[in-house]
Amino acid sequence: MTDNILEMRSITKTFPGVVALKDVNLTVRRGEIHAICGENGAGKSTLMKVLSGVYPHGTYEGEIHYDGEEVRFGSINDSEARGIVIIHQELALVPFLSAAENIFLGNERRGPGGLIDWNRTNAEAAELMARVGLHENPVTHVSQLGVGKQQLIEIAKALSKEVRLLILDEPTAALNDADSEHLLGILRQLNAQGITCIMISHKLNEIASIADRTTIIRDGRTIEVLDMKDPASTQDRMIKSMVGRDLEHRYPERTPNIGEEVLRVEDWTVHHPTQPERVVVDGASFTVHAGEVVGIAGLMGAGRTELAMSLFGRSYGRDITGRVYKRGEEIKIASVSDAIAHGIAYATEDRKKYGLNLIEDVRRNVTAAGLKKVSRRGWVNGNEELKVAEEYRASLNIKTPTVLYQTGKLSGGNQQKVVLSKWIYTDADVLILDEPTRGIDVGAKYEIYTIINRMVAAGKAVVVISSELPELLGICDRIYTLAFGRITGVLPAAEATQERLMELMTIEKDKAR
Amino acid sequence: MTATAPTTARPPAEPTTGRKRPAFLQMTNLRESGIFIAFVAIVALFSLLHSQFLSPNNITNIVLQYSYILILAIGMVIVIIAGHIDLSVGSVVALTGAVAAILVIRNGQPWWVGVLAALVVGFLVGCWQGFWVAYVGIPAFIVTLAGMLLFRGLTFMTLDSISLSPFGGTYYQIANGFQNGLLGGYGYDVFTLLVFALAVAAYAFTAWRSRRARQRYQQAVEALPLFVAKIVVVAAVAMWFAYKLATHRGLPNVLILLGLLIVVYTLVTQRSVFGRHVYAIGGNLNAAQLSGVKVRRVNFWIFVNMGVLASVAGIVFSARTNSAQPGAGNMFELDAIAACFIGGAAVTGGIGKVTGAMIGGLIMAVMSNGMQLMGVETPLQQVVKGLVLLLAVAFDIWNKRRAGTR
Repeated sequence: MTDNILEMRSITKTFPGVVALKDVNLTVRRGEIHAICGENGAGKSTLMKVLSGVYPHGTYEGEIHYDGEEVRFGSINDSEARGIVIIHQELALVPFLSAAENIFLGNERRGPGGLIDWNRTNAEAAELMARVGLHENPVTHVSQLGVGKQQLIEIAKALSKEVRLLILDEPTAALNDADSEHLLGILRQLNAQGITCIMISHKLNEIASIADRTTIIRDGRTIEVLDMKDPASTQDRMIKSMVGRDLEHRYPERTPNIGEEVLRVEDWTVHHPTQPERVVVDGASFTVHAGEVVGIAGLMGAGRTELAMSLFGRSYGRDITGRVYKRGEEIKIASVSDAIAHGIAYATEDRKKYGLNLIEDVRRNVTAAGLKKVSRRGWVNGNEELKVAEEYRASLNIKTPTVLYQTGKLSGGNQQKVVLSKWIYTDADVLILDEPTRGIDVGAKYEIYTIINRMVAAGKAVVVISSELPELLGICDRIYTLAFGRITGVLPAAEATQERLMELMTIEKDKAR
Repeated sequence: MTATAPTTARPPAEPTTGRKRPAFLQMTNLRESGIFIAFVAIVALFSLLHSQFLSPNNITNIVLQYSYILILAIGMVIVIIAGHIDLSVGSVVALTGAVAAILVIRNGQPWWVGVLAALVVGFLVGCWQGFWVAYVGIPAFIVTLAGMLLFRGLTFMTLDSISLSPFGGTYYQIANGFQNGLLGGYGYDVFTLLVFALAVAAYAFTAWRSRRARQRYQQAVEALPLFVAKIVVVAAVAMWFAYKLATHRGLPNVLILLGLLIVVYTLVTQRSVFGRHVYAIGGNLNAAQLSGVKVRRVNFWIFVNMGVLASVAGIVFSARTNSAQPGAGNMFELDAIAACFIGGAAVTGGIGKVTGAMIGGLIMAVMSNGMQLMGVETPLQQVVKGLVLLLAVAFDIWNKRRAGTR
């Protein structure tokens, strides 16, 4: 009756305090490759989690029609039973099991007596692997295969479940060009065999080459559906749709008062910690001045966090090369305490995992990095520490019953203020803030921007890493763009537009520089 | 993953000013006093069940019998706060005692040579284990499990598989001697009473001072009557305990040592930068690292400290038994670990206190002693102790869940 395999109608999904999806519609035709495109945080992954049952029926509003009938998935198992398989960006393989074992994990091929039939397992695995163009021995441990081949194992695993609708979340984000090309070829083949695909991707040229249609999502809303055969569906058009919002958030006013150069990084190159041949940051150079807010724009996987963390006392990566100058003098930063001693601070993008001791109180988190300042000869002055914590509670407006309150019980915005307090208290001259407003509400965002303005007014240099372009345009003086580990451009905020930034952020490797 | 889903619900609006005690503070107090109340209840129970339980003789006995477990628990709670575990301390107790015995008993060296040698061995053991845990990155469970076998074997080799005794003399007095009659007294020792009175006064003074400081910084404090009542109760219990000791044999040397260790390590864990780093590592290793904590160095010293404290326990234990035996200290590690967990330390690290571990250890001590007095057989004693450990931790988890922290 219809050629649509999937219709998601008016999907609305809210989390406490945030509307992640609002009236989103997604229609996927049988046998097509359908791309979903949008900025980080636009709601693409949330939408896929609703579809696959990670967020079960009842936790969202709206209807899902699959194969012409309404479905209500309670879990991933329900959706998989209907042939919907999702492959996440972070691969879900067990590294120390063989390819065959991974393919049939939870779905084991059994013989008489319930024991695993290894001959059948390995034979069928080899067959599935051949279908995805992977000619490895099925007993090979997954950890011995590269990321590209692991990705193919995931697809083979999906095939073993008799997949009819395959969802891939950023399948090529971690792959090099050759592997990406191979993967896309396999997708086309599978598509020709009748498997419908949904692909989430940031790589616009990839979408242009493989997708039949593209749904663009922005701020949790469906913006438009583009037919990729239509010559009007250019990459420029897609960029416009992805970012084309009005500046709905307000940014506090600031008159720039830019002083001398505080930090200069030259030719900074970082390799992946476990895959030494993979270059994560490639010859990046940038400068920051006193009183300046510098933005670093880049899509997920561009190497933003890796750049910042490798600078911050080599907390990420290996084979790090390059030079760092502080006020014109070259400095060596071998550890986090060196970085702090040189007046560099880094507030992480994941405050729960890397930023805070959530079981400890606000006071002790505030002084965690600057403990030396409230102690003498190794003994902490508890009264002084309380005083410091109180000062920051008042000046940064941390909403907590007292500074002895457990940090984990605060809201995201207030936790972020605790993180900022911690780093401001170290007297750093250069503060690198990684996604400082991720997951916090609009009001708290405004407060964070105000704090940033106060820091630069006090002569500090601030680097803001963000995937929200309006935010960067609203608060920065200059913006660097990062794509695939390389700095692809730098624009004064006055000259930058979201479209221009997005163009620079999506320059592919071969075209970069 | 691009979803921006805040996973923390905002806390309910709570008054930030005024004298009203917020609900959470009462909760914290309940949780911390819970273990103390349990201890008092157990003491009360046994004193009802057996008339001799609270006799001066028996009280002195409890202190002497379990002092080495309490000393081990002080080091162990620091190890556990940092998120590690140490299974080797029982063997280290045996090894350090054996080294002291070889020097003092077999070679006729003076007592202090034995003590010093034991401390040095404990230090080296700590360096060894600290190296593997902190710098090589092997989980402490594995390193200390290996240590448990390794140091037990070395003990047998040191002693040629035979026991040595007696130490006698000053070494013996370390764990069996008393300070008595230094200031005279009529049937009771004035010195003991004086020491306890001074300790109580110091406790009251510091409590009052920190209360004042908190008020000055506009922090919530307990109501004054409650505060005074707490001090009075503590003082009364301490002085009653002192009186019991004074009417028996006076102040045991071991108690002085234990008291000093508790004070020093309470300060180290609560007030020193090192202590703060231990909590930071256990609470969130990544955050600690990214805040400039030298994680490896801190972990190393945690194990050195544990080694030295294990050697102190080894000295006390060998002096107490007046001998060194190859099988000494067997299962001590489990008692020390149990003391920490009963005392509220978290298996996941980041939470725990020296005082908690001490009360946890005392609960184990009082229960063993009480059941022995009642003539309960050893197998049943073990069953009861096992259940107490399980229930104590279950209570803690239940309490946390109710408070909604996890």
